[in-house]
Amino acid sequence: MESQSLDITGQSATTTASPRQRRTPEIAKLIDVSKCIGCKACQVACMEWNDLRDDIGACAGVYDNPPDLSGASWTVMRYVEVEPEPGRLEWLIRKDGCMHCADPGCLMACPAPGAIVQYSNGIVDFHQENCIGCGYCITGCPFNIPRLSGKDGKAYKCTLCSGRVAVGLEPACIKACPTGALMFGTKEAMKRHAAERILDLNRRGFKKAGLYDPPGVNGTHVMYVLHHADRPSLYSGLPGEPRLGAWMEFWKGAAKPVASWLLGLTVFTGFLHYITVGPNEVEEDEETARSGEKS
Amino acid sequence: MSTPTDRIVRHSASERVNHWLVAILFFLAASGGLALFHPYFFPLTALLGGGTWTRILHPFIGVLLFLAFAVLAARLAGDNRLTASDLQWLRQAGDVINKREDKLPEAGRYNAGQKSLFWVMSGTLFLLLVSGIIFWQPWFAPYFSVEAIRVAVVVHGVAAFILMAGLVVHVYAAFWIKGSIQGMTRGTVSRAWVRKFHPAWHRQITRGE
Repeated sequence: MESQSLDITGQSATTTASPRQRRTPEIAKLIDVSKCIGCKACQVACMEWNDLRDDIGACAGVYDNPPDLSGASWTVMRYVEVEPEPGRLEWLIRKDGCMHCADPGCLMACPAPGAIVQYSNGIVDFHQENCIGCGYCITGCPFNIPRLSGKDGKAYKCTLCSGRVAVGLEPACIKACPTGALMFGTKEAMKRHAAERILDLNRRGFKKAGLYDPPGVNGTHVMYVLHHADRPSLYSGLPGEPRLGAWMEFWKGAAKPVASWLLGLTVFTGFLHYITVGPNEVEEDEETARSGEKS
Repeated sequence: MSTPTDRIVRHSASERVNHWLVAILFFLAASGGLALFHPYFFPLTALLGGGTWTRILHPFIGVLLFLAFAVLAARLAGDNRLTASDLQWLRQAGDVINKREDKLPEAGRYNAGQKSLFWVMSGTLFLLLVSGIIFWQPWFAPYFSVEAIRVAVVVHGVAAFILMAGLVVHVYAAFWIKGSIQGMTRGTVSRAWVRKFHPAWHRQITRGE
């Protein structure tokens, strides 16, 4: 929620254009799953830099710790044992967190003006002081990332260290990664780097290795290099084709203006009816006529 | 004993209190709902004390609204059963909006328009309650899948739209048909009003007198 020096190009619940005189290079974080050793240095760095301390939980019987994202855990390592081919066991580790979509479902769903912003460099950030705690961002997210904090009822997620990026630093998780599994730079540079990595993986037998930059959300600013890019769901349920979905698109698309205009039109129709047809009154003489009949 | 100009009781004091309780709760629930529906209406959050208060209060107001309406509905349901002549009444909507009551089938205590609205309100409020619970943060939403919530928010929005459009008709009709509003403020309407707009009910009353 810092970095006002970055240019905001999109704001939640705002129907007019945001300032966009300047252009900043699009950035991206590249997570090379094939290089990750699951040390959780990135998790620790995230806690340190953002000064977050989640409640101490209990061991869930697996390496995942904490077991899920929360208001105070903005990135978690997810571990899974899979058999992509019969007889071939693989231990896949994926750093989970906000993907910083180019078309962010959270921002589209958010009803509070300015609670979610998108910077021109691609970072999607939550401004908690404007957050009302409705949870629509969770409903809109195709990656199941934002979490409402039980402490203050506000939504939180990875900021991609927008404050660090604004002053030319790389995100804290990148800084801490000991194997180079996490890389940071312009989106173009990251794509180029990913292409080299994918070639290398191809040569080493991972024929289906590829880049995860899903087009359903118009690409993301956190991308994965996957050895099994044809099956993203192997990686602890990474969605194959993330998208907003028809219900969300209707609710946050056509429904908003159409329903609002129709309601206004209904009121206006009533007004027109009144000034043309006029009020429906019980005529005075009708009353006396009837009473005359009766007596 | 009745004189030609006497007033007929249309709604008892407790029915009136119940109705206006529903009306106030509806006004607050609708304002908060619109505020979170389209940014154009976001300033309406000021009515409930800001965005976060709107998010907190809106569901509780909604539940109270449902309960208050349920009590009112239980009292009025008997007079709101749709009959064959009601269907004919609805088919003659053109006569209704052009004030040709004499051509319409005789309406009872409530006319077919009022009855339809009664059932639209009952149905949409039920849908609003059920769908609203599904995405009520932070109490109930965590128990539902995101897919269920995505459907629920759309159902909530569509039901609310139908209800609000219905309410516009309800309020306008009360304003348009002169003498109606007194039926819900003072509780009485004039005999001529009953004879003109609810002749079947009038016959029923006079038979009893």
